[in-house]
Amino acid sequence: MKEYIKGQVIPINKANIDTDIIIPKQYLKSIKKTGFGPFLFDSERYSNPGTLDNLDQRKINPDFILNKSPYNRGSILIANDNFGCGSSREHAVWAIKDFGIDAVISSSFADIFYRNSFRNGLLLITITKLDLEKLFQNVEKNKEYELTIDLINSKITSQDGLKISYTLDVSDRDRIIKGQDDIAITLENKEKIINFENEIKRRKPWLYEE
Amino acid sequence: MNYTLYDKIWNEHSILVNDDDSELLYIDRHLVHEVTSPQAFDGLAINNRKVWSKKSICAVSDHNVPTRNRLNGIKDSISKLQVDTLIDNCKKHKINYFDLNDINQGIVHVIGPELGFTQPGMTLVCGDSHTSTHGALASLAFGVGTSDVEHVLATQCINVKKEKNFNISVINSLSDGVSSKDLILYIIREIGTSGGTGFTIEFSGDCISKLSIEARMTLCNMSIEGGAKSGLVAFDNKTLDYVIKTKNSPSKKYIDDAIKYWETLHSDDSADFDKSIEFDASVIKPQVSWGTSPEMTVDIDGKVPDPNDIKDKNKKQSYINALKYMDLDANQKIDSIELDKIFIGSCTNSRIEDLRCAALEVEGKRISSRIKQAIVVPGSGHVKKQAENEGLDIIFKKAGFEWRDPGCSMCLGMNDDNLNPYERCASTSNRNFEGRQGDRGRTHLVSPIIAARSSIHGCLTSEKK
Repeated sequence: MKEYIKGQVIPINKANIDTDIIIPKQYLKSIKKTGFGPFLFDSERYSNPGTLDNLDQRKINPDFILNKSPYNRGSILIANDNFGCGSSREHAVWAIKDFGIDAVISSSFADIFYRNSFRNGLLLITITKLDLEKLFQNVEKNKEYELTIDLINSKITSQDGLKISYTLDVSDRDRIIKGQDDIAITLENKEKIINFENEIKRRKPWLYEE
Repeated sequence: MNYTLYDKIWNEHSILVNDDDSELLYIDRHLVHEVTSPQAFDGLAINNRKVWSKKSICAVSDHNVPTRNRLNGIKDSISKLQVDTLIDNCKKHKINYFDLNDINQGIVHVIGPELGFTQPGMTLVCGDSHTSTHGALASLAFGVGTSDVEHVLATQCINVKKEKNFNISVINSLSDGVSSKDLILYIIREIGTSGGTGFTIEFSGDCISKLSIEARMTLCNMSIEGGAKSGLVAFDNKTLDYVIKTKNSPSKKYIDDAIKYWETLHSDDSADFDKSIEFDASVIKPQVSWGTSPEMTVDIDGKVPDPNDIKDKNKKQSYINALKYMDLDANQKIDSIELDKIFIGSCTNSRIEDLRCAALEVEGKRISSRIKQAIVVPGSGHVKKQAENEGLDIIFKKAGFEWRDPGCSMCLGMNDDNLNPYERCASTSNRNFEGRQGDRGRTHLVSPIIAARSSIHGCLTSEKK
């Protein structure tokens, strides 16, 4: 059971951060779900180009936020509007999780990225533009800024007294708190799916021609 | 009745409503490719699950494949492993797979409609955001991630909340030299890259009715660049003509029933949309993206915007960043932007009509000496063959273009077709994100006509030479 998420904030005050930037295409050649963390925000994180198998030759870009302390041990990313837009690559979520980030807070997220995140236990919290602005301002004042996310009460708090409420679907919340096997849950309705399918075969037989 | 086209297809496929208001939606067809499927098949294996309906699936390698010297196989061992993994998974689960040298091979979103795998009124998913393309045939199609690929493989369903209805009506006609690519770039420029988030867009109006099915595919393809997972166009006689010519069109036995059903696939006159916008096609000029997001688009005869004209602080900063990345100056004239490469292809613009338009522009001409490389990558084996039958390959080659084999190619550059750092490309693809076509590469999204005209001039232009 994971009822709280607490951690150092990583502020990236940019809008429209796309999944190509989160994880560039060359890493999509992997057939695994793991090991993407070192390639998160790859083009900004390193100053020389990378492939799946040349990590030991990469040059760190010391100016990029994920390479600086305390952000390099951050676990809550805050970013501006429309985070995760573009390609449906779930590798973006795998990279964020693998880096050690448990939650992303923004004023809006792209739809496909949103679904992918909760199916991998990555919490996304949508807050108002006003709250986000305030949060960025507070973080600017204090590098070591930490947030606590209370999943049961849907509240974000910090040491400086900041309190932000948010709403989240119960099902998505449960995916984070307990984790769930979505396929197993769907297969509980196996009979209904079979009946539905038989009905379609009857109504639209042309879909099932050999 | 007051249902939208989206409502109708949705309602016909909804099995039940879950506690969280999501609905269990039945999926008729599933397109699978090499990049977003290996982990999904792994998931099935780990949990000892089977594929629900083998016949609902069509698999092909397109993202990570070479576009030349195919008979020699794939050189890059990591890419080869990914393609071989799909082949193995298809063998294991008895899924129909098109080999690299099969004429049916091509970009998933080109071959689905072309083979009649996609038909009106269907629900269709693929682990690729440009699945919205198939909405041009009045089918509800959307991109999903790998978890959902696995979910659909195992259950033939997806739990998803219904989106809201967004009607984009386009009236009047597009001018000569202006295509549906310009139209969708213009729409995205107006509504923004998140303007369609949470919506399914239906494109309607007399302009859309006049568009060919392939032009409608270009339009629906880039719905996702406006934030909408699905784009739709109502069924009409053009849809019918297109579908009945395909290989997998319904047989004589069922065609009348199918047509009767297909003819219901339009929004009712009194249908309620949550949001509606109207555009006048006649005022739209050829479009070109200047920045690093598809909404950063201007008229080709215009200028690069000046961040100082932008009031919103964050937007202004994003403009400054984009200018820096693209190495452009504020107020610079678009037709002063010089190009290094030309890419004609991608699921947006690699169909036969796209290639015909482009070929017409370069026929009897030579690409500018400034252009280091110009490539044409047909969307499928059938498109390639058709183009060769019409002699388009010869026209392109004589003009200085390379004529390649089908695949996603330089749209995302997973294979060898890349931009080198700082190279600038006029591209008929769909995304101009930083690094999309190659690390530090610079992309200008344009129509095939504009890509072709620009190749001759060596700079972005809508002028014929």
